[in-house]
Amino acid sequence: MPQVEMDKVEPLLEQYEDQRLNLIPILQDVQETYRYLPELVLRRISKKLRVPLTEVYQVATFYRCFSLVPRGKHVIQVCLGTACHVRGAPRVLDRILRDLKLPHAGTTEDLQFTVETVRCIGCCGLAPVARVDNTNTHPHLTQAKVGGLLKKYQEKAEAPKAAKPDEASHAKA
Amino acid sequence: MPTLKINGIEVEVEKGMTVLEAARFLGIPIPTLCHEDALQPYGACRLCLVEVSNGRKTTLQASCCLPADDGLVVFTHSARVERARKLLLEMYVATCPSSKRIQDMASAMGLRECRYEAKHETCIQCGLCVRMCEQQMMAGAIGFSGRGVNRSVTRPFDMTSELCRQCGACLFICPVCESRCQGPQAESTLCNGCLNISTVCFQSYDNAMCFLEPCHACEIGGPFRADVGVKPRSKDLTHIVGK
Ligand code: SF4
Ligand code: SF4
Ligand code: SF4
Ligand code: FES
Ligand code: FES
Repeated sequence: MPQVEMDKVEPLLEQYEDQRLNLIPILQDVQETYRYLPELVLRRISKKLRVPLTEVYQVATFYRCFSLVPRGKHVIQVCLGTACHVRGAPRVLDRILRDLKLPHAGTTEDLQFTVETVRCIGCCGLAPVARVDNTNTHPHLTQAKVGGLLKKYQEKAEAPKAAKPDEASHAKA
Repeated sequence: MPTLKINGIEVEVEKGMTVLEAARFLGIPIPTLCHEDALQPYGACRLCLVEVSNGRKTTLQASCCLPADDGLVVFTHSARVERARKLLLEMYVATCPSSKRIQDMASAMGLRECRYEAKHETCIQCGLCVRMCEQQMMAGAIGFSGRGVNRSVTRPFDMTSELCRQCGACLFICPVCESRCQGPQAESTLCNGCLNISTVCFQSYDNAMCFLEPCHACEIGGPFRADVGVKPRSKDLTHIVGK
């Protein structure tokens, strides 16, 4: 278990009333703060909201936006929906994975990037697309454009280096 | 008090009852896999489908979650219902061929073939164990995780739960945990083993009257099922079956 700064949790929990309907907003905040949902934090939330841990875990594993293992600083979602697929998304994905030296979709060692695949993000006219950090959509991708795309975020990501937590203890079975 | 019509019979039920309860109150059996009287309805297995007409349209709905409202017209065993139920059951058989409860139901409902490949899963995701643990054992030690094909019953973080008292209630309630009879064809997808057993009682004793819970062989191959071909010797069974 990496050192989770539990002191960040308390002020976060203060903002919400202790009601079960606040579970998802709280988890979203935690995900944003830590870039994943640490186990200790989930246990704390369960105690505070008086929601069984099983239920917290159920919600945390149900939604794609939550992760139990640390995610990278930038999340690249490559669309593999029908339109993107026929317009060459698999090749774009291959290129991204190769450039980041990932064997398959996942998080890079230095915790800078997480690559995910999604099914249609609703802008098939721009196929093939990838979305970074849920806001920046990159249209009409080709293998040639991948390098530039990664570079854009790599440069930004340079300055603050996140400490590398011990991933093994968090790996989901 | 709401009044509704089930299979043509008018029935007045208490407010808050479900259609399933109302039908059972009338003595109409509806097969279920995820329902248990002591637990909250869940609506996962869909075997309790009934045809409900609410004026113009008729729809198939899960009766265990359907409130018995005033003026509903319900058919519990129409051709459409039976077809849908059998198809579902066929898929359940293919999912978990080793489950006794599913095989029994298949035999009793007259399923005679299974067209799907056997998957030998260990769970049909009925949620009974999860509800049992939470609502009756007050432990909440197990729950679902993941979604879609990855959904499964687990303990949080896959660790031994400190909440579990090892009471065994989850195993007791699970429709898959009990293995089917190990007859000569224990490997087949569909069991139907009971069909090969003829009811001894009816063959040895004329006009036998059994006051026990009918055994499966009796229920499935006995005098109450015309389509099976195992017939009791006595022609005069009117005092049992009625006319
Ligand atoms: S032999 Fe009969 S009771 Fe046994 S599993 Fe098969 S159908 Fe069920
Ligand atoms: S054995 Fe454990 S998991 Fe199962 S019902 Fe009992 S307390 Fe819950
Ligand atoms: S383990 Fe058994 S009781 Fe629990 S959900 Fe699966 S089939 Fe249902
Ligand atoms: S298929 Fe990629 S955006 Fe629709
Ligand atoms: S008993 Fe109604 S859906 Fe399972």
